Amino acid sequence: MSAGKSGQRPLVRVRGLRKSYGGTLVLDGIDLDVREGEVTVLLGPSGSGKSTLLRCVNHLEKPDGGFVEIDGEIVGYRQDGARLRELRPRLVTRQRAHVGMVFQQFNLFPHMTVLENITDAPVAVRGLPRKQAVAHARELLARVGLDGREDSYPRQMSGGQQQRVAIARALAMEPRLLLFDEPTSALDPELVGEVLNVMQDLATSGMTMIVVTHEIGFARKVADTVVFLDGGRIVETGPPADVLTAPRHERARAFLTAVL
Amino acid sequence: MTQHDLSGPATAAPGPPDPAPPPPGPALHTAAGDKELLSARLVPLRHPGQWASAAALSVLFAMLVNTIVTNRRFQWDVVGDYFVRGSIMHGLELTLWLTAAVMASGYLLGIGVAAMRLSHNPVLRGLAFGFVWLLRSVPPLVQLLFWYELASLYPRLSVGVPFGPEFAHFKTAHLFSGILAAYVGLTLDVAAFSSEIVRGGLLAVDPGQREAARALGMGDGRIFRRIVLPQAMPAIVPASGNLLIGMLKATSIVSVIAVQDLLYSTQLIYTQNFLIMPLLMVATIWYIILTTLLSVGQFYVERYYARGSGRDSRAGRPPARGLWQIARGNLPLFGRTRTDLAGLS
Ligand SMILES: Nc1ncnc2c1ncn2[C@@H]1O[C@H](COP(=O)(O)OP(=O)(O)OP(=O)(O)O)[C@@H](O)[C@H]1O
Ligand SMILES: [Mg+2]
Repeated sequence: MSAGKSGQRPLVRVRGLRKSYGGTLVLDGIDLDVREGEVTVLLGPSGSGKSTLLRCVNHLEKPDGGFVEIDGEIVGYRQDGARLRELRPRLVTRQRAHVGMVFQQFNLFPHMTVLENITDAPVAVRGLPRKQAVAHARELLARVGLDGREDSYPRQMSGGQQQRVAIARALAMEPRLLLFDEPTSALDPELVGEVLNVMQDLATSGMTMIVVTHEIGFARKVADTVVFLDGGRIVETGPPADVLTAPRHERARAFLTAVL
Repeated sequence: MTQHDLSGPATAAPGPPDPAPPPPGPALHTAAGDKELLSARLVPLRHPGQWASAAALSVLFAMLVNTIVTNRRFQWDVVGDYFVRGSIMHGLELTLWLTAAVMASGYLLGIGVAAMRLSHNPVLRGLAFGFVWLLRSVPPLVQLLFWYELASLYPRLSVGVPFGPEFAHFKTAHLFSGILAAYVGLTLDVAAFSSEIVRGGLLAVDPGQREAARALGMGDGRIFRRIVLPQAMPAIVPASGNLLIGMLKATSIVSVIAVQDLLYSTQLIYTQNFLIMPLLMVATIWYIILTTLLSVGQFYVERYYARGSGRDSRAGRPPARGLWQIARGNLPLFGRTRTDLAGLS
């Protein structure tokens, strides 16, 4: 939102991040800063490594080189002189609790009601008293426009409603950072808007977000920074007004023509 | 295809009550006879073959019941006399708790083996694979005899370092009584089969579920208990019900090592009084009763784990189904075989 905080240490710093699967380099030295309260949109063709980058940020994927730092803490590792030692699962788990993630396929727990979906982790992981968690969940449901649906099961809801529940579930952990991996790609066109609206409200309220999406309109309106990935590298980055209207890189230009 | 009964009374027409005003746009093509088609009554296809075969089967079934009831040589009065005899009751008790113990420990072991087979550690994976391979290959009867006769193979067991010093040793002659051999052998058998059932169930759970739970900061133990296992259950329960009922009856092989279960108790009686058929009927009726109870239990367990699986049901609960629906779901008549239960898993 505000551009005047450049002197402050960014909430997320990605440096030299590399990842390969069986010999193919999927991330090839990614450097990225995300400032507190800012929205970063990742764009790029299929297979360019957007999901992999996002998954490295909360250590669902282990990088082969480089590091991700959130709030001054290296994710998944502990610095020990010249080494980065892998953390025990319990500590990684604790780090993840501060980073929410919303998936393309929603991944709500189908055997739990909406309320259980939202309150389970806060009670079990953050140790919130159940009553408080329920009250908070109701607030969050109202915020995503779904008050009164706490006793529904996910399969009884539309895709757009499920994705909004998934956002409420992520918010219930009171994360410092929210990751979205193509949150509207599995939705019918008329349901995309309701999810994007919720995301825009979140951005306005100051949530730090990294969003992979093909919704250029959303990027233009909400993003502070647009990052264009191709072949595991960042080929273009900057405010949406620059990257989206006058991309310098030829691949970015071709991609934008295809998407728009 | 549905036939249209054109001669049907026009008053029963399900068509629209009022002709709607023509919609804007190109005019629709009208064919002669449209009016009759719209007012026609729908007649579902009849299935005379099904009715005929149902009738024939009913007659056969009635004949079967008739001969069972009226054939004096079944000696139903003897069945009644022995049905709740003390020794039979003891056998029944042993069958019940042996089945329960074998299933409980077999499943504990089986879940562990399934976890090993799904682990990233190649040694654990290999061991688990070997365990399942070996124990599924050996007939339970052979296993039973093997454990029972273990003493002949290893007259002395010792605790110590392999090829090194030993700390303690004991004779195996009394190590495996008949009942213990039965318990160990059948437990290993259940472990091998249940591990495959459990593994199949776990593999059926969408990996995105685990991922979402991890992203929420849940630990592995909680993810397994709270997220993965409950979703694997609908796939695990029916096969496990089968295994349980199979094991209830399979425990009867312990008669070969003189363990007095339900079947062996009846055998002990009929070798004395030669009332073979009535006593086999006593055992059979008990097995039927137990199997029925277990089937009913399985039904309720399945219903429990089916929560959240339906779209249309009120408050997420599958519509309440009673025993009548279970029975009907299992009746292989009119092509409705298990349709009611199919929706649950
Ligand atoms: N678990 C995995 N094993 C092997 N290869 C993988 C794995 N995950 C991703 N890849 C490969 O890494 C590359 C980048 O994948 P990634 O999912 O990050 O792309 P993406 O930019 O998110 O694409 P999309 O827009 O299609 O989601 C692809 O070529 C993919 O095939
Ligand atoms: Mg992706």
